[in-house]
Amino acid sequence: MLRTNLILLLIAAACALGTVSSNHRARKLFTEFEREQNRMRELDVEWGQLQLEQSTWAGHARIEQIARDKLGMRPPAPAQVISLEAVK
Amino acid sequence: MKFAKSPILNRRLSPGRSRLVVLALLSGFVVLAGRSLYLQGFDNGFLQKKGESRYERVIEISATRGRIMDRHGDVLAVSTPVKAIWAIPDDAQLAPAQARQLAALLEMDVRELNRKLASDKDFVFIKRQIPPDVADRIAALRLPGIHDQNEYRRYYPSGEVMAHVLGFTGVEDAGQEGVELAMNDMLAGKDGSRRVIKDRRGHIVEDVESIKAPQEGKDVTLALDAKIQYLAYSQLKKAMTDNKAKAGGVVVLDAKTGEVLALANAPTYNPNNRVRLVGAQLRNRAFTDTFEPGSTFKPFTAAYALESGKFHFDTPIDTSPGRLTIGNATIHDAHVHGVLTLAEVIQKSSNVGAAKVALKFQPEELWRVFSSLGFGAPLNLGFPGEVGGRLRPAKNWRPIEQATMSYGHGISVTLMQMAHAYMAFARDGELIPLSLTKVDAPVTAATQVFSSETAHEVRSMLEMAVQPGGTAPRAQIPGYRVAGKTGTAHKLDGGVYAEKYVASFIGFAPASDPRLIVAVMIDEPSAGKYYGGDVAAPVFADVMAGSLRTLGVPQDVPLKPLIMAEAVKEGV
Repeated sequence: MLRTNLILLLIAAACALGTVSSNHRARKLFTEFEREQNRMRELDVEWGQLQLEQSTWAGHARIEQIARDKLGMRPPAPAQVISLEAVK
Repeated sequence: MKFAKSPILNRRLSPGRSRLVVLALLSGFVVLAGRSLYLQGFDNGFLQKKGESRYERVIEISATRGRIMDRHGDVLAVSTPVKAIWAIPDDAQLAPAQARQLAALLEMDVRELNRKLASDKDFVFIKRQIPPDVADRIAALRLPGIHDQNEYRRYYPSGEVMAHVLGFTGVEDAGQEGVELAMNDMLAGKDGSRRVIKDRRGHIVEDVESIKAPQEGKDVTLALDAKIQYLAYSQLKKAMTDNKAKAGGVVVLDAKTGEVLALANAPTYNPNNRVRLVGAQLRNRAFTDTFEPGSTFKPFTAAYALESGKFHFDTPIDTSPGRLTIGNATIHDAHVHGVLTLAEVIQKSSNVGAAKVALKFQPEELWRVFSSLGFGAPLNLGFPGEVGGRLRPAKNWRPIEQATMSYGHGISVTLMQMAHAYMAFARDGELIPLSLTKVDAPVTAATQVFSSETAHEVRSMLEMAVQPGGTAPRAQIPGYRVAGKTGTAHKLDGGVYAEKYVASFIGFAPASDPRLIVAVMIDEPSAGKYYGGDVAAPVFADVMAGSLRTLGVPQDVPLKPLIMAEAVKEGV
């Protein structure tokens, strides 16, 4: 009788400790999850900023100006354009 | 004397007294145990709440506003986080040196800063929309009573090119103009909040509940093509300068899908810097300004004439002697043309011819056609300030009004309405709704306005108008068949027609299978030329040629040298 009780007591103690440690682990994982989510938000913001930067550098006005002034490009004259039949 | 030998101890007390004491103490314990049982077991909510409030926090989750993109996914508007600096004036007792430092970081005047801090309110914004790095440097100063908060700022990389389509947002990141306002419900995110448990170091360790789920703003993909938009804007700007015009607008529509590929207005503004903004710059003329269309309206009259069966492509109409008197008003042509066919009336843009055609019909018939083409009612694209123009009820038309309406006077329209109505010719007689956003599904809601034969015949007339002998040879594009119509309308100034003009050109290409509709309107060109064929047609040709090339639309005529004939002057 006493032996059974002792064993049950030990099992109960082990379970209690297990709960504590798993709770701790859950909280740690949650903190990590939280950190990753923050990182996601930061990256999203950064992505937006990079898109903005790309749009600014690749602006049509800027491209046209560089093409015309720096590279000396111009639209082809109609006679220089060869149009090909689309392959059906 | 020892305590044990105390005589008091020898006195015998009645056992009842000690039992009473024991009972009293015991019942005290029972009350305590009962109370603790009650608090722990039955009514534990209150204490638990008190306990949790020691480590629970409600945190705000801010939602970002959605991005606006063009049809190819290029970003046209994006929000990035910035900071606002605010103060509690009572707490903000700054030393003069500190105030100078803060003012320098904020790039503002020290006196203005001090004036704001001297306010008797509990809360003042010192400066909003500050770059985050500046805000961090201010936070590092650890000034008393100075705080910052997160907010968003909207950037428009394309600047003035798209200003009118996109509109802008205010400091609170809510739409105030254009698409930003029209689609605010979709773009705007809704901030959420949640309850969490934080540990000693401020880390969130557990999510208790989500009080309000945040809703991120949705991205909007517009129908706009950034490249075509740039083309339209730069050509319009050039025409504005060349013609010393007061204002102007260009609209490019996809005839196959009803998408608005470009919408440019002038004068414009830079949405990223709206310091000196006047009303005229803000106007999205293509939607909110009406004008009398002039001759660009004639094809509708001709189309109904064909549709009714009373006229055919080559029905002769005598336009001599170049004027027509109705009541006490006289309609003039710029040239005396003599007998013209219906097609030539359009080609040479004869007012007298159009009026004679219109007078063969009842006002109700014409009203029904104009109304079914969408005139007199807004297009309902959801654009702020969109107007419907003016198409008066048919029972009020006098004959002279019926005659002038046939060539586009006495009626007011928006540029967008005109471009939309030309779709009936470009799409074999049917109209489809326009869309500001990208269309993926096939078009379903089409209404047949004219028969396909009528549309084809009007298309041929419009092609003639661009060829030698027409009013707009300058609208020709090498390699493509172009169809279109010029318009040169007198402007009403204080109720009378003044020597001010609106030059316009509306057309589509390739005429064999129309893909694009381009409408150009130049308001008050004042550098000498004012005919639609001289002022608006070249803009049309440049925008159309560039757009067709951008979209890779196959050419429909073999290249041959352009025949640049002198334009026929149209009746004004």
